[in-house]
Formats: sequence, C-alpha cells, structure tokens
Amino acid sequence: MAESLQQLILNTLDAQSTIEDTRSLMIPGQSAPAVSQEDQITILGALNSLLSREVRVDPMIIYETHDTLSHALTPEGSQIVELGSHEARVWAALPAKGEGSPLTPVQLKKQVGDETAKVGQGRAFKNGWIGKEADGFVKIVLTIQDATQVDLREIASTGTLEAGEKVLADLRKRKLIVQRKGQWFTVKKGSNFSTSTAKPETDLTVDMLTSGTWKASTFKKYNFDAEGAPTTGGALHPLLKVREEIRNIFLEMGFAEMPTSSFVESGFWCFDALFVPQQHPARDLQDTFYLSDPKEALPPEPEYYKRVSTVHEHGGFGSTGYRAPWSHEESSKLLLRTHTTASSAHMLYKLSAKCRGEKLEGDAEEFAHGSSTTGDGSDDGFRPAKLFSIDRVFRNETMDATHLAEFHQVEGVVADRNLTLADLIGFMRVFFKKMGIEKVRFKPAYNPYTEPSLEIFAFHPMLDRWVEVGNSGMFRPEMLEPMGFPKDVRVHGWGLSLERPTMIRYGINNIRTLVGHKVSIEGIENSPAVMF
Amino acid sequence: MPTISVDKADLWERLGQEFSTEEFDQLLFEYGLELDEDTTAEVEAAIKAGLPAERPQLKIEVPANRYDLVCIEGIARALRIFLQKAEPPRYRLAYPPGGESELLTMTISPEVKKVRPLFACAILRNVKFTPRSYASFIDLQDKLHQNIGRRRQLVSIGTHDLDTLKAPFRYEAQPPKDIKFVPLNKDKACTAEELMTVYESDKHLSRYLHIIRDSPVYPIIYDSMDRVLSMPPIINSEHSKITLNTRNIFIDVTATDQTKLDIVVNIVATMFSEYCDEPYTIEPVKIILPDGSTRISPDISERHTAARASYVNACTGLDLTANEVSTLLQRMALRSAVSPSNPDQLLVEIPATRPDIFHECDIMEDAAIAYGFNKLPHKFPATSTVAQPLAISKLSDIIRQEWALAGWVEVLPLILCSHEENFEFLNHVDDGKTAVKIANPKSLEFQVVRTTLLPGLLKTIRENRSHPLPIKIFETSDVVFKDTSRERQARNEQHAAAVWCNKTAGFEVVHGMLNRAMKMLEIPLIGNTDQKAETGYYIKESSDSIYFPGRAATIYYRPPPAKDGKTLTGIEQGIKTTLHVQRDMEIGNLGILHPTVLANFEIGYPCSALEFTLEPFKKKMNKIWTNDD
Repeated sequence: MAESLQQLILNTLDAQSTIEDTRSLMIPGQSAPAVSQEDQITILGALNSLLSREVRVDPMIIYETHDTLSHALTPEGSQIVELGSHEARVWAALPAKGEGSPLTPVQLKKQVGDETAKVGQGRAFKNGWIGKEADGFVKIVLTIQDATQVDLREIASTGTLEAGEKVLADLRKRKLIVQRKGQWFTVKKGSNFSTSTAKPETDLTVDMLTSGTWKASTFKKYNFDAEGAPTTGGALHPLLKVREEIRNIFLEMGFAEMPTSSFVESGFWCFDALFVPQQHPARDLQDTFYLSDPKEALPPEPEYYKRVSTVHEHGGFGSTGYRAPWSHEESSKLLLRTHTTASSAHMLYKLSAKCRGEKLEGDAEEFAHGSSTTGDGSDDGFRPAKLFSIDRVFRNETMDATHLAEFHQVEGVVADRNLTLADLIGFMRVFFKKMGIEKVRFKPAYNPYTEPSLEIFAFHPMLDRWVEVGNSGMFRPEMLEPMGFPKDVRVHGWGLSLERPTMIRYGINNIRTLVGHKVSIEGIENSPAVMF
Repeated sequence: MPTISVDKADLWERLGQEFSTEEFDQLLFEYGLELDEDTTAEVEAAIKAGLPAERPQLKIEVPANRYDLVCIEGIARALRIFLQKAEPPRYRLAYPPGGESELLTMTISPEVKKVRPLFACAILRNVKFTPRSYASFIDLQDKLHQNIGRRRQLVSIGTHDLDTLKAPFRYEAQPPKDIKFVPLNKDKACTAEELMTVYESDKHLSRYLHIIRDSPVYPIIYDSMDRVLSMPPIINSEHSKITLNTRNIFIDVTATDQTKLDIVVNIVATMFSEYCDEPYTIEPVKIILPDGSTRISPDISERHTAARASYVNACTGLDLTANEVSTLLQRMALRSAVSPSNPDQLLVEIPATRPDIFHECDIMEDAAIAYGFNKLPHKFPATSTVAQPLAISKLSDIIRQEWALAGWVEVLPLILCSHEENFEFLNHVDDGKTAVKIANPKSLEFQVVRTTLLPGLLKTIRENRSHPLPIKIFETSDVVFKDTSRERQARNEQHAAAVWCNKTAGFEVVHGMLNRAMKMLEIPLIGNTDQKAETGYYIKESSDSIYFPGRAATIYYRPPPAKDGKTLTGIEQGIKTTLHVQRDMEIGNLGILHPTVLANFEIGYPCSALEFTLEPFKKKMNKIWTNDD
C-alpha cells in the first residue's frame, strides 16, 4: 500500500504539478477522499519516505504542512448520533398527553436507563418537549427537532460545525466531542522530481562492484550528523589503565619492578624493620587487619632480628632508639600489609645481602642492575638500585566515599651512595611533571621510617588550592644500617595512592564507582584512555 | 596527626604580629605544620546573624612525634624561635630555699610493680592561670593521654592543688576494696571497687577501666594525711582538684615505660612553667624508690649530642659551614656550638621538649627545615640503572590484553570477601587449610582473603543486572593461600578468571577463552590421554560442586621437561612417558556454574566460569630482579 500511495502522489503531481490539499487524495483501496486524520498520517509517511530519497540536496518533492483543528465524537457523542440525544430518547419513551398513563420517574429510569433519564429529563423539560402529569411525565409536543443529534452528525462527517464555535464549545462542555489537532499538506514537485519510485542505494556493495551497477546507481544521502555504529569488543579497567601509565613512567626512568606478591606480612617486616615503634597507632587493631589464621610468622633471620629489636629497644647505629619495651609477639603477628613499603624493606634487605657478606641464592647479577659500585674503589658489595611497585594494600578503615579497606599504593625507591634531600626533591619534581603535575611544593612531615620526611602538595587548578598528592623521604639509618648498608648509602622512598590520581583523571567522587563489584561494566567500557 | 585548636588573637599576641591566613599558612607549611581551618569567617558570620560565637580559632595539624606542639604555649614558643623573635628558653629546676633536703618526697611502694610500675612528678610554683590558659592546661593533658599515652594505657597524668595537700607523698598499690575516696566531681566517698561499677556507665571514663580492672591491686597516690590524690589512670580526687585559682600545682605521671614517662612529665612541666612567676622554672620532687635509692623528678636536663656540618651537607645537598648550620638549628630551638677541637662538629643540646630527636639525621632534618625544603638546589640523582618489569606483570598484561581484544571487559572487585562468598556460596567446604582469615574485620565483607577470583566476578554480575546480555567479564589478579612453609605463612598466586552470563550457559565460550589464552602463550593443546607429548595442556571432565554435573572440567598443564641434552634409550623413553603424567599439574577448572551457586549470588541467568593460575607460565626472564621469595 505504501508503495502505491507514493506512486499515486508522484502521478498526481506529474499530472497536476501541485497537490493543493492532500485531503483530496483518494488513498488506493479506499472509496472516499482522505479527510480523516489517520489518512493524513499515512500520507505524511509516504511524503517523508519520498523526501528521504533525495540525492544529495535535490529533493523529489517539496511539501508544506497546514495545521487544522477538528472535532471528533466521544463514545457518548457517537451513541447520540445512533440513538438520538438523551432528551430525545426521554421524549420518545413517554406517552403523548392524554394517550395512556404518564410514566413515573422510576418507570422512566427503567425504560431508558439511569443516565439518560437523569440528563434527558431536565433538557426535555427545558426544551418544552415534556410535561408533568399526576406523579409522572408525558409528551407535550408531537414532533421534535433533535438538534444535538443533527449537530453531532455534521461533526462526525466534516469534523466541524457550520453553526460555529459557540455550539461546539457547548458540545465540548457536555463531553460529546473533543478537539483534535490535525494536519494536511500541499505537495509540489522538487528539483529532482521523477515518477520513478526506484529506491536510491544506501551502500556500495560487492554486487555493484562485480556488476558495475555502481556507475549508474543513485545513492541515498548519508546522515553525517548521526553517530557511527557502536563497536563490539572488550575494555580494560580504568584504574589499571592509569596503573599502566604510571608503570611506564617508572620504566622510562630506569626503575625495575619489585616483587610485591605477599599480601600477608609479619609485624616485623611491615613495621619493625622500618623502625616503626611497636606502640605506633598505625599498628592498632583499629587500623590494621590482623590474621586469626594463620596467626604467627616464622622468625626472620635471627642476627638481623636481633639488630632490629636492639635498635628499637636500646638504640644503636648512632641512635638513641625508642627505649620502649620490645615485644616478640607484636613482631611475629601476621597481618595484611598496610603499605607496600613492607615489600620494599624486604627487597632492600636482599639488596644489602652482599654488604652483610652473605651469598645470594645464585642470582647475584640481578642486583647489579647493570651498574657497578659507586664507592671509592673498594667493593663493599653495595650496588645502586631504582625499584618500584604498584600493588594492593589493606587498611581496617571505615569505608566512605574516598576510603576503601583496600587500595593500590604506588611506591618508588632509589638507593645509592650520597643521595641528598635535594636529589629527592628534584626527582619528585620530574616524576610528578611526568604525571602532568607541574606545580609542586614540599612540606616537612613526620614518618617513623623516613627522615627527612616530606609531604608532596600539588596545586589543583580546578579546586584552586594545594592538595596532598604523596609522601616521600629518606629512609632512616635505624632502618638501613641494621640491614648492613654502608653508612654513605642513602635510600629515597616515596609513595602515593593509585586511586587518587585516577579519581581526579576521571572526575570520580565516589571510590566505590571505581573499585569493587559495584562498579558499572558500562562505565568500564566507556572510560577514556589515559595519557599523562 | 593531632589537630590543635588555638585562639587566634592569643596566638598573634604571643607572636607579636598578626598574619593574614595565607601568610600564616605559608609559615606553618615551612615549619611542617598544616593550617586546617581558620574559623574567623564563621565567627564573623555568627556575630552578624546575632548568634552566640566563640573567639576565632586556628586549627593546626601537628606531626604525631612533636608532643611539644600540642598546645598553644608550645606552638607559639616554637614559632617565635623559628621567626627569630626569641631564643630557645632554658628550662631550670628551682630548688626550695633550703636546697635538696627541703624537696618534697614521694615514696614508691614495691607493690606498684604489679600494676603500673613507673612514677614521675613535678611542681609548678606561683602559677597564674587565665580561663584560657587553664583550659589549655586541661586540654594538653587530654592530648597527651590520647597520643603518646595511647588512651592512658601507657601513660596517665594527674594534676593537683598542692596547697590542699601535705607532703610527703606515697605511690602505692592496694586491693580495690581497701581504696576509698571522693573522686573528682562527686560528693560521696566510694571504694575503688564501687568506682569501677559507677564509671561503667560513664561515657568518658568507661574507656579506661579495663587498664587496671582485672589487677588484684590498683595504683593509688596518698599524701601524708592519707588523703588520695589520684587513682591512676582513672580519676583524681575531689579533694586536691585544681581550679582557676590554684597557684601551686603538683603533677603526677604514671606509666608502663620510662621513656614515655619522662617525655610526658617533661612536656607538661616545661609547657606550663611559662605561667610561673619565674618562667620556665620547675620545682623537682625527690622520689624514693622501693630499693631505697632516690631520683630527682623531673629530669629536664638537655641531652648533649653531636652533629657534623659535613653530614648535614651530604644529606641535604647544601654547602654550609658549621656556624651556618648552628644558626639554622637555633631556629628549631636546638642550641649548638662549634666543637673547639673539630671545626666540622657541632655540639648540640637537645632540650627536654624535643624527645623526637634520636639521631644525627633528625638534627640534619631540622637544619633542612630551617633552610627551607623548597629552597634547596634543584638536583637529580645520578643513579644509572636498567628498567625491568616483573615477569608476572608482563604475563598478566598479556592475558589482560588478549582477553580484552577478544571482547571481554576487565573488572576489579575487592580482594577481601566474606567467608560465605569464598566457600559456602560456591558449594565449597572450608578445610581450614586454604584461606587466610582476618581477626578484626569491621564488616562481614572482610572475613577472608579470597582464594578464588569467582566471588568477585559473580558479585560484579549481580550488581550489573541492567547491563545487556551477554555479560563477559574477566580479572587477572592475586589470590592468597595458607602456606606453612613460608615465613609469612601464606603465598599469593596470580590467577586469571572469566565469567560468561547469558540466556544459555555457554561452556564452549569460556572454553574458547582458555584456548585463546593458551594459544597466545604458545602452549599446545594435547589429548587428555596423550602420554607422549612433551608439553601442553588439556582438560578432563571432573566433578566439583560449584559446577553443574557433567559440565565441569579440570585444566592440566604439562610443563616442558628440564633440558639435560642427553638422548634417551627406549626404556628411558618409557620412564619419561610415565613421568610426563606425573608432571602434569592441575592449574584450574572451568564449567557451567551450578544453579544453587547462581541463586547464592542472586543471578537469574546461566553462567559459565573459567579460572586458572598464571604462575607456571611465568617466563624465565633475563632477570634483573626475581619474584622469588
């Protein structure tokens, strides 16, 4: 039908050059002109599909839209057209005056129904059609003119009323008709008019190439405003995309990745070896996850353990120490690492093995990092190292929009002879510049295992203030010397969370929308690439 | 880090100067403090609105090891010295006119060893409090109780109106039923036993009861007329309580270790000695120990140590003379003088207020702070090393890339989960030998460290109901197993896992993911009865209650044989063939998840899952660093 209607429109245009009013068209298969709104909608569909065949900017047809207001009958109105108005039905049901017994209101209701009796009775009285007699009603005229029915008939066929708006308004008020917006169209030939309904091609196909029909075909105009087809395919997680970017920064700067695959640590490696006092609040049950099973670590190498416990309890290596009671139980408690510095401590312990005169388990070369001793010529076993890691750490924190019980720590360590605080600060400036952070400043801070310790603040242009972005420092002699490092070896360390820069990068306020099972898969699929 | 609230106008008065918020923020930043908040605007708004308002406060964050900065007296003193408006004070013990023989005494009973062994005290004479300095005095004690005292467990302080008491004093330990006194802010005498019940419902004090509750004896301090001063670490007596009008203050401190005892008594005494008629003087007390020996308390003498200018320079990258370093140290309240015998060496006096200084490096840091961290020369470490990623990271990245290229989405669930999610929900029984368990989780979500990646993946599917099907997600990350052979009694293992969720279960889909990963790792697929192949992987039907019966398989991997370069005879070949089978290791499994598992995770669609360990595929790299424990 759609095809034949389009053809009809084209043929009519071909014959008359213009269709002034589409309501005059006779839709194929119908016997009357298309005056109804439904028919006009069908015609609009045909016009639009003819219009969409335009090639480049030349349309086949042009049309103009005209809006109309018309009226349609409500179900009650349709009933009146069929059966007459309520008042006419009341009048018809009553006996003429003196010709039979008048109908009581109850009898009338029975005969014409409650609704008609109620509405019709009053209007019939007002029209002077019926009168009261005894306890009932009778006709008082013999013929009536049912104007309501006549008006509604006219509306049903033409959509309007000659009599005008006043009557229409009254009928609307009586809920017999409703107003309807309608449209009709004037159609003219376009610059590319043709009576052919052959469809233009939408795409270049292999058949066209082999048959050569592409040369003669017309192509449908492409909608450059629409989006392309969505791709299928997977996606990597945004946090791990940022991890990749930061890992690349480290690799570009010559850092080797440290093994950090031990979520479980002992109090010894997580705190004691780092010279964190045994009564430090970070070791509270409130802050650290301790294990109930397994509970206790095997003892570390006894000589090293002794050096560490002594520097805490009694001092040594030029330090007074904490001079607080030492608890072996505290040291051997197992816990989930609160920082990857626990792993770094273990790596530094390995790095200093040769300085302690220990033999490495057959892979001494790996500690060299391609570098040779930087001392005064006598080899004390020390080799410089630059190490990094990005891995998970755990804190027994109450979760909120910016804290989870687990997060990723980015950590870097540089060990060499005679490193200075100026080197650390200079290095931090370069490192953060590589992350796109230009303006940084350094605040003296306290950290039990570094001295000096610095908090790194970056100027956040959006927040218009300085925000803390990381921590850094030089590991304390009380940590390094018990490991066996020579006195002139100094070790820089710094750390930051991976989540913080990622949240800033993606404008995320709630960490739960970034990490964990509540993250939306769709969000992962649509998170942009990261380039610092 | 403690945050200290100080009265702004008082601080400006003490500093002899007013600062704008920016200037003051900058000053604090340089010193290593942080201005958290300035309530001036808030106060002005309240006054404008006709509301009652307090005086403007500055909230300052101080480092956790600087107990000398937890009150306005200390902050002002440090900043005045830093700004070179004052010299570091010399704290002095002021003996009574008759000298040591007139000192008040405190006798320590041997019994206190059983409960709270260590005692120190100090007297401040002729103090004049104002309402604000009085409040600061109370607040300082509270700060010290919370920080270094670890909620009074390690150290606690009592302060008394000395004029209500009569020396000599006694520090004893007695059974709780034998102790009876009127505690602070009460009007009736109670036994210690009763007090433990009374304070049970006290929001503030109930937190400290556990420290001594189960001890057979409680610590108690008496004067010569058997009047109680305090029952540490719980409560002082009403009788000796200090008020705004108290002129002579007796400070008692009890502790479990000597170092913290000394720190606390010294901080309280030195900070508030500035309100004495003769500022910075403290009257000591003679303590008679159980063995009859005596000591003078407090010991506020400076600690003498040395620092080398060459060390300061070597650590900071500066080039300062000893005199220049000395000037810098002076600004940090450390007096020093160049050693007459060594021009590089400074003889440094560490005042009693700076117990945070342990080592020459702490002195070096103070010099650097006074110099200004942000003014240090721009340098870059010359350390030249070779970059190297970890083998396991490279391997993990290969799987991640390949699976994402295959159209799957990487997710990142949490590593901690509930016991149920790790075991019961997967129809698995905890044999007690597998998972690492957490003793003190704040929530049921964090009972164990996962031993499988599946619970996280399934929870992610549960939370993504509205995502169009199929859902294809994966994760490569660590799980943890108990391992009694290791120092840390546990080991991490890196796993790769994927779950497919759709209207049909799709075993073949996750199977395809396995094939793809192995193809990319160049591990050949071999038949599950093939005993000749040297290396490869295969899957074999198995049963596991997490999976639907008949739709589960175990993945086996046969690692390549160690190369020994010898040719083998027929018999040896036969032995080797048998060895192959023995060498085959289970590396994981796959299958259609059992409907009860799906129900446990509230997933309404069928799912297939795949999980295997990546550890055997780690390449032996030309290593610069190993992943070996």
